[in-house]
Amino acid sequence: MTMREYMLGNVAIARGLLEGGVQVIAGYPGTPSSEIIDTLACREARDYHIEWSVNEKVAMEVAVGAAWAGVRSVVTMKHVGLNVAADPFMTLAYAGTKGGLIAIVADDPSCHSSQNEQDTRRYARFALVPCFDPSTPQEAKDMLPYAFEFSEKFEVPVIFRPTTRISHGKSDIELGEIPVEKPAPHFEKLLDRWVMLPKNARSRHTHLLSIQQPIEDALAESPWNSLELKPDAKLGVIGAGIAAVYAKEALVELGIEASFLKIGTYPVPGRLILELLETVDAVLVFEELEPVVEEQVRMIAQEAGLAVSVLGKANGFVPREGELDVSAFLEALKKTFDLESEPESPGTELELAPRPPALCAGCSHRATFYSMKKVFGKDAIYPSDIGCYTLGIQSGTVETTLCMGSSISIGSGLYHAGEKRPICCSIGDSTFFHTGMNSLLNAIVNKANITVTILDNRITAMTGHQPNPGVGFTVTGEPTVQVSLAELCKAMGAGFVSVVDPYRLEEIQEAFKAAKEFEGTAVVIARQPCVISGKRAGIRRVPYIVDPEKCEGCKQCIKFGCPAIEFDEENKCAVITALCSGCGVCAQICKFEAIQEVKR
Amino acid sequence: MNQAEQKKFDLLITGVGGQGAILASDIIGKAAVVAGLPIRAAETHGMAQRGGSVVNHIRVGETYGSMIPKKGADLMLALEPMEAVRYLDFLKDGGVIIVNTQPVLPVTVTSGQVKYPEVRDILDALSEKYIVKAFNADELAFEAGSRLAMNVVMVGAVSGYLPISKETLLESVKALVPQKTIEVNLRAFEAGRQKVEES
Repeated sequence: MTMREYMLGNVAIARGLLEGGVQVIAGYPGTPSSEIIDTLACREARDYHIEWSVNEKVAMEVAVGAAWAGVRSVVTMKHVGLNVAADPFMTLAYAGTKGGLIAIVADDPSCHSSQNEQDTRRYARFALVPCFDPSTPQEAKDMLPYAFEFSEKFEVPVIFRPTTRISHGKSDIELGEIPVEKPAPHFEKLLDRWVMLPKNARSRHTHLLSIQQPIEDALAESPWNSLELKPDAKLGVIGAGIAAVYAKEALVELGIEASFLKIGTYPVPGRLILELLETVDAVLVFEELEPVVEEQVRMIAQEAGLAVSVLGKANGFVPREGELDVSAFLEALKKTFDLESEPESPGTELELAPRPPALCAGCSHRATFYSMKKVFGKDAIYPSDIGCYTLGIQSGTVETTLCMGSSISIGSGLYHAGEKRPICCSIGDSTFFHTGMNSLLNAIVNKANITVTILDNRITAMTGHQPNPGVGFTVTGEPTVQVSLAELCKAMGAGFVSVVDPYRLEEIQEAFKAAKEFEGTAVVIARQPCVISGKRAGIRRVPYIVDPEKCEGCKQCIKFGCPAIEFDEENKCAVITALCSGCGVCAQICKFEAIQEVKR
Repeated sequence: MNQAEQKKFDLLITGVGGQGAILASDIIGKAAVVAGLPIRAAETHGMAQRGGSVVNHIRVGETYGSMIPKKGADLMLALEPMEAVRYLDFLKDGGVIIVNTQPVLPVTVTSGQVKYPEVRDILDALSEKYIVKAFNADELAFEAGSRLAMNVVMVGAVSGYLPISKETLLESVKALVPQKTIEVNLRAFEAGRQKVEES
């Protein structure tokens, strides 16, 4: 009997890696990719090395080393992580691999948890490496052992690109076997492969180009592409990756007879595309994000001199931004057949209150931002970074967010541009280790007169509480060196470093005042564990209540913005709810001593 | 219509990050696999989860994608009243809404920027086009032994509509909730189921 389990897409991907005999796994957390490593780290029987690396570039290089030793390795990240890892990756394409190497790069159409909507398939084309684009979690799992074999066969790294709805979709998954035997590592000293001197790079570039057609031909034969030609069908539909199932569902539902090409690999299967184009008058191309397949279809049609019309993103049949679904395909079909869209049925007249994500009750970032604003003032400039604290935009202390680690370097640039206003950056502990360190070093050496606040909540919180070099344990919970942020900053030459508890308003505000006055790059480390991971680790604090007798209804605590504090309009009095985690910051804000610890 | 067709059921679970929408959908998903039905689901993870609005799609008997098309859901299970209204686009005309009447105030309301609509007005608006089963699931969970079991009350409430037997769903509840809360959660499930059966 086959085993079926209900699994998250990323858990299915983790399973696929096991079935493919993975031996080294590295990555940096990033939604929607994080659960792959979280899952593999939790397994009891582990015959592989697994790590959270400090950033994606480092993770990529760890995977490269392992693959050059002849074992199967994988590196996981979100789409923007590949920008960080692009330097090793682009040249790795030339050098190639021995053991199979898969770069799992998860795309996020509609920016559910991201700063952009870049399409990793563009990177695959840019680097001239194959890319796998699963249409379901089951296919994602099944593709991975195949991708390892493919990578070894052509000695090239491959990209595996799930999208959010694959990674965070769930499905019944049919499981396969996990191999027991794995190859022993052996690094072969192939200097013309592993040393990318110009001479070697030139010949490897030629080699890489020479295997493009064989790669395309092999992928066209793979189970991940399939062509169904319907006799007499005038319309062809090409669906790529997850968009293929949306299109298929709509076609089956409507009973439309269209020839259908499902694409799951890149370079695209040119032979199958041509076969489809030769039999239809029009072809509708449906794919998430960029018109990657569509552009290839246009080129193939032009080269073959076919007058078939290609409908897609370039001519407005399919949107190029946001996320696709069955409804988006139905819209595209209506445009194809020139049908009017149904008018949107009028919704209710109710005014809904927006419900944006917010920092948790008792989150130390809120306290840090409160004090930062108090000391630096409205006029100051607040560059920030990527993490939970980006939600601090509500506090008025997040005024730039570009990419990981950029707060400090953007702050430096603002200062060197001649800005005279005070500049106070905020960056999380994990983001600081990721790429903030280089920026701080640069700021110090080049004498940027700015304040850098490291929001040290002792974990990588936003992506699901992964460890970082500051916490003293590895991904598997094993104890390791705990790197001191304060010592690190001092070693890089920071002349002002202050470690403070953000829950103590006086203490942190004194530190901010001194940092503001300091001539040069000052570092304030606001240390307090994340309330979620702290609670899991057993930290318990006494919650607070409002004494209605003493409350004057001034709303100073309400303005603090903690979700545990509400205002009772009837009695003109603040109320603290069961969400209170006992940080005590609101009690320090209250001028009337109306907020007190609950008496046991 | 083959058997799989008959057992197709598209369910939308809406609520607020932290209310346990993912556990609720896992209970149903795992039970579907035990019942031998194909299942697809889509969930909100990551940044949007932090106290934000969440929506899970659960498609029992589905073999294609995990996302329910607009106006495709047979039933909406709303763990919070305002979050029922936010995703009405996905519910088919005349569909069923099972809604927990206990509001969770968003930070935009607690900070005084906007007002939370009257729950009565929400229910009236929902009743115009849909079949509404409304009750306070937080209170039922509290009576069953813990407010945290609200999500399981709601699974019990929808259980009669699903093409999965009650026994299979209960096994799934037992397998997924923390060991020492099994009794509370089984009572919560029954309370929710009974509430909808009575109405």
